[in-house]
Amino acid sequence: MTDLQISATGGTAGRFALSRTGLLFAALGAAGLALPLVQFKPNRIVLGDALWLPGALPFGWLAAALIACALFAALPQRLSHGLRLALAVAGLVITLASLGLAAKGLMPEGNRMARVAPAAGFWLLFLAFALMAADALARMRPGLKTRWAVLAGGILLVGLALGSGLLDQTSVMVEYAARADLFGRSLRQHLLLAFGSLGMALVVGLPLGILAFQVPALRRAVLSVLNLLQTIPSLALFGIMIPLFGWVAANIPGAAQLGVAGIGIFPALMALFFYSLLPVVSNTLVGLTSVAPEVRDAAFGLGMTRGQVLARVQLPLALPVVLAAVRIVLVQNIGLAVIAGLIGGGGFGTFVFQGLNQTAMDLILLGALPTIFLALIAGIALDLSVEALSRRGRSAP
Amino acid sequence: MIRIENLTRIYDRTPVVNDVSLTVGAGQIAALVGTSGSGKTTLLRMINRLVEPTSGRIWIGETDAATIAPHLLRRRIGYAIQGHGLFPHRTVGQNIATVPRLLGWSAPEIAARVEELLHLFQLDPAQFRDRMPHELSGGQQQRVGVARALAARPEVLLMDEPFGALDPVIRARAQGDLREIQRRLGTTLVIVTHDMEEAVTLGDRIAVMDKGRLLQYGPPAEILTRPATDFVQALIGTGERPFRLLSLTRVADIREDGTCDGPAVSPESSLRDALAACLWHGRDCLPVEGGGIVTLTALRARAEGARAEAMATAGEGAQSKAPQTGGAAQ
Repeated sequence: MTDLQISATGGTAGRFALSRTGLLFAALGAAGLALPLVQFKPNRIVLGDALWLPGALPFGWLAAALIACALFAALPQRLSHGLRLALAVAGLVITLASLGLAAKGLMPEGNRMARVAPAAGFWLLFLAFALMAADALARMRPGLKTRWAVLAGGILLVGLALGSGLLDQTSVMVEYAARADLFGRSLRQHLLLAFGSLGMALVVGLPLGILAFQVPALRRAVLSVLNLLQTIPSLALFGIMIPLFGWVAANIPGAAQLGVAGIGIFPALMALFFYSLLPVVSNTLVGLTSVAPEVRDAAFGLGMTRGQVLARVQLPLALPVVLAAVRIVLVQNIGLAVIAGLIGGGGFGTFVFQGLNQTAMDLILLGALPTIFLALIAGIALDLSVEALSRRGRSAP
Repeated sequence: MIRIENLTRIYDRTPVVNDVSLTVGAGQIAALVGTSGSGKTTLLRMINRLVEPTSGRIWIGETDAATIAPHLLRRRIGYAIQGHGLFPHRTVGQNIATVPRLLGWSAPEIAARVEELLHLFQLDPAQFRDRMPHELSGGQQQRVGVARALAARPEVLLMDEPFGALDPVIRARAQGDLREIQRRLGTTLVIVTHDMEEAVTLGDRIAVMDKGRLLQYGPPAEILTRPATDFVQALIGTGERPFRLLSLTRVADIREDGTCDGPAVSPESSLRDALAACLWHGRDCLPVEGGGIVTLTALRARAEGARAEAMATAGEGAQSKAPQTGGAAQ
């Protein structure tokens, strides 16, 4: 490492100048190679034997050498971004393939207890190449269409990696195979929790934001209440809601038939809804108030009614800010929905809490990895939508 | 025609506009001049009821403005403001079509009108109709703002510092264009400005306001030669006065026979420009395009005599301007 840094400081603009980010990724990758790739465990709970990449699979030395080459090749500053991206994708493929092949080779025939789990080395290599790919992509400054295509391509790649069966013998996929039905149901519940609470927040929050905008006297009160709601920790919120909704379900006729209950999906949905209200209401308010005063003045001066000014001028101009709230809320709720597992609300949290109870890391990952994946997709997709909307007709800053 | 009778607006017990009465004749331009806080903008905004008067009446033609719902009244009155206030999420064409759409015109009618207005304001429809406002220069944005105000052929147009955001070169051109379009359409125009120069250039009548009161209302020559109060005098600026008076008359009006060397001046340019040209080229006289000359002696005589002449002919206004009609209540 030291001689690399010396040459890096030696000539910044020269032919052999090294990219700083490239150095960081190389350092991460080197650490990944130095740490064990996988752990082989006789069963899912015990701590197993660590295996390094060269020894974990038949052509391990070759895979390690290829990875080192990819990291090294991405070092020069003058490398084109396209080539850097190709190196990163190649690195990701080799890393994933190594994991899958190592698992295939190590799993004893017919043994349903043993597990081959990804270890620190795998995660670091994966992180190094994923960052390298993201960095190269960002530097290529792709247009909106290209970025949508990249998002679709990324999803397709993940689908291919999982569908090809390459990773089937790794610990997380073994856990998945045993729970395929439950996984499907959890996915649906998770999406229902995240999108359902968002939908409710929009149905209630948008009119509330508009009302607070039209009636300035209400603003402070509305925002204070929502701020207060936002500060309650999620576990405490459940603690309050379980007896509250339990009482409502037991004592108000018809409530239980409508789905009101102290535990299950209903209180989880309500908690996420409460957390979503503040971003939706405050961004609606900010979006509406940030419309330039002369634009509003012109709209009234040309003879628009109050409703027309709102519908034709203020709301369309506030839309990018409202969409930014949708992005915040959706990503936040996809993550927070995990908590629902604690009170029988379903979703990927089910796996996470089961795994925590059984100290089974693989089961926790089975809940956590798809949650992260969903949040990532939602975040990127909404970022792209916000940008598309903002580009279409905002006066230049 | 606009008739304002004893108009008052009170905010927190302070009158912002105090008992103002004036009449703007059909097809005339009235310039409201004053320092900031003089109440000129409030007066303007009361005409289309963006501000409701505390007392007094406004007549637009034969209609009492108070008898029409405010948004319906505003659709009959053009409105253009400083910084143009174009809708940033709508194209140029959609911006111009705002009032016709509110009035429920048919799509072909609207499209034809947008085309007509873009031509009128020297913006090529094919090139500009589908642009977004932020893709235009400041001068183009301002023109679109005025085109939007004129879209539904209003008899009356209100403008609040419409040229305030433009640089001086573009501003002079925009003022000339506005004057020409206003003459062609016969629109009655009320324009708010803090710039006496702009008021003299554009106004058939100038209304000088201070602390909510109307100090003087009359043709530019009268304001320049017989300022009613010290405040009006200060607003004109004594040093500028002869030049402003000269700017009211065209070269064609003092053209003499004869010949002269030097670059020719246009008969349509003002005496002020002719004086500047004589001084700049160091000549006692210059030829006028299309024959005749203009002499420094005549210019000087004009400047010296202008005061007396303007006093004698006060009320008729400068000859280069449109015939003055309609009374002026002071």
